[in-house]
Amino acid sequence: MSAWNDPPGGFHPVSAPDYLPREQLRAVQLQRLQSVVARAYDHVPLFRSRMDERGLTPASIESLGDIARLSFTVKTDLRDTYPFGLFASPMEEIVRLHASSGTTGKPIVVAYTQADLDVWSEVMVRSFAACGLHRGDVLQNAYGYGLFTGGLGAHYGGEALGATVIPMSGGNTERQLMVMQDFGVTAICCTPSYFLHLVESAKDMKIDFSRLRVGVFGAEPWSEAMRDRIQADSGIRAHDIYGLSEIIGPGVGVECAAQHGVHIFEDHFYPEIIDPESGAVLPDGDEGELVLTTLSKQAMPMIRYRTRDVTSIMAEPCECGRTIRRITRISRRSDDMFIIRGVNVFPSQVETALLRVEGTLPHYQIVLTRDKGLDQMEVKVEVTPEVFSDEIRKLEALQHRLESSIENILGLRVKVTLVAPRTLARSEGKARRVTDQRNV
Amino acid sequence: MKLKQLSLFLENRPGQLRAPLEALGQAHIDLLTMTLADTAQFGILRFIVADPERARQVLEDAGMVASVTEVVPIQVDNQPGGLAAVLTSIDDAGLGVEYMYDFGAASRGGKAAIVFRFEDPDAAVSALEKAGVRILSSEELLK
Repeated sequence: MSAWNDPPGGFHPVSAPDYLPREQLRAVQLQRLQSVVARAYDHVPLFRSRMDERGLTPASIESLGDIARLSFTVKTDLRDTYPFGLFASPMEEIVRLHASSGTTGKPIVVAYTQADLDVWSEVMVRSFAACGLHRGDVLQNAYGYGLFTGGLGAHYGGEALGATVIPMSGGNTERQLMVMQDFGVTAICCTPSYFLHLVESAKDMKIDFSRLRVGVFGAEPWSEAMRDRIQADSGIRAHDIYGLSEIIGPGVGVECAAQHGVHIFEDHFYPEIIDPESGAVLPDGDEGELVLTTLSKQAMPMIRYRTRDVTSIMAEPCECGRTIRRITRISRRSDDMFIIRGVNVFPSQVETALLRVEGTLPHYQIVLTRDKGLDQMEVKVEVTPEVFSDEIRKLEALQHRLESSIENILGLRVKVTLVAPRTLARSEGKARRVTDQRNV
Repeated sequence: MKLKQLSLFLENRPGQLRAPLEALGQAHIDLLTMTLADTAQFGILRFIVADPERARQVLEDAGMVASVTEVVPIQVDNQPGGLAAVLTSIDDAGLGVEYMYDFGAASRGGKAAIVFRFEDPDAAVSALEKAGVRILSSEELLK
């Protein structure tokens, strides 16, 4: 017996909202926006006080354009209300918590009701369907399982699609490749850089992955050049998936078969592009910071959340027929935050870690590189007269203290390299603390 | 007596050793003895000059940071077992040696000079003098 989504695959019923006529989509968006604003106003003191300050009530939202009257939400709001301050549902209705790193070592906690998890699975099904996956696909999920949203998000989405999900989690390359070959894997989820590493290792180990057809890659920035390389080296189709924990996790948007821009699931996540300096909303096509509002989230609504990702909205219709709009590939961020191995890192966190060790902040520089498909972070620290010891074991002990201090704050093992005093570049004004050599 | 040694942090890459030595050379500062300690990541150049304060200033002007450490120069019989005898006295005094190296320019007349770094140089000097170990003065070393 065949099902709707057997290969060669057709239209997935869950994907129907991808093709809504624009006016209908906008009607759905307005209805949901009014509802989510009311929910945030009624249940989250921070949102209520910000609306009160502006003299707004939920009834003030009469059109989609009225969203611009609402205040932005920023990452520090999540930190300041840690752990549960932005929850709009009582704990009895919350069935899942995830967490990601914040700005000061405290993680950011995100919550889901069962309905939220259902929406998450739905957008993941729509994401996988847009990538051409269907029932019968064997999906190797190499995103990390745990507090990180990537693993479980892709897992339940894959199952809801009807694919066979292999919950591999990250790491252990040889085992990944053995499973890929022996289980006849046809699709994989992981970071694009890790996939490149898998392909290289597979060639060394003479692993047959000829059944692999599609990769759904995200959780780190990557470029068109990297896609070309992945597709040429492996023979698969490589799709970009976009998401962030604060909004839902992976599944905020995805590339369709056209591989030209990321479709945002606009019926659940309302996108705006703003000028990061003035906060003004920019027209479609203009580049600026992506701001997202969750239209259907219950446990933790996000109103005008500033993602810090720089992109633009592509309003023109896509050749795939979807009516939901696309954003261009995200190439940079409007703040100094960077993402390494799925972890958000601010240079200020590294400063805090360095200060904890010696009490005075040495000159330092963060260098990001990519080795064997894995992001590496190196912190170069100048050996000042205050910390310089003439004994090697004391310098090595200093190096280890710095490494553990950073690991304690970031939850990431990084390499600390001691460098001679006055060798790191000094700059006028704002220091350039981060050198990203990952060539994405 | 105690002696002032200069130490310099060096990164482990080409050209790192040359820069300080060129600066010292241009200031006509002579290295009396030196040793280079190295790890996989970095090295420490330790050296002794007649006027450590001037050398430190020259290096600082060249953009390098040298630190001053007190070391103890000890006379050792220049024959088999000579150093072992001194180390016996050091062990007996309960002192730990952080590092040591030869002061070749100061050896003469069947006697060698070895530079020792102890955790507490003052305590080491008094304990070793009591044990009859001969500690060299800077006049003896530099003449």
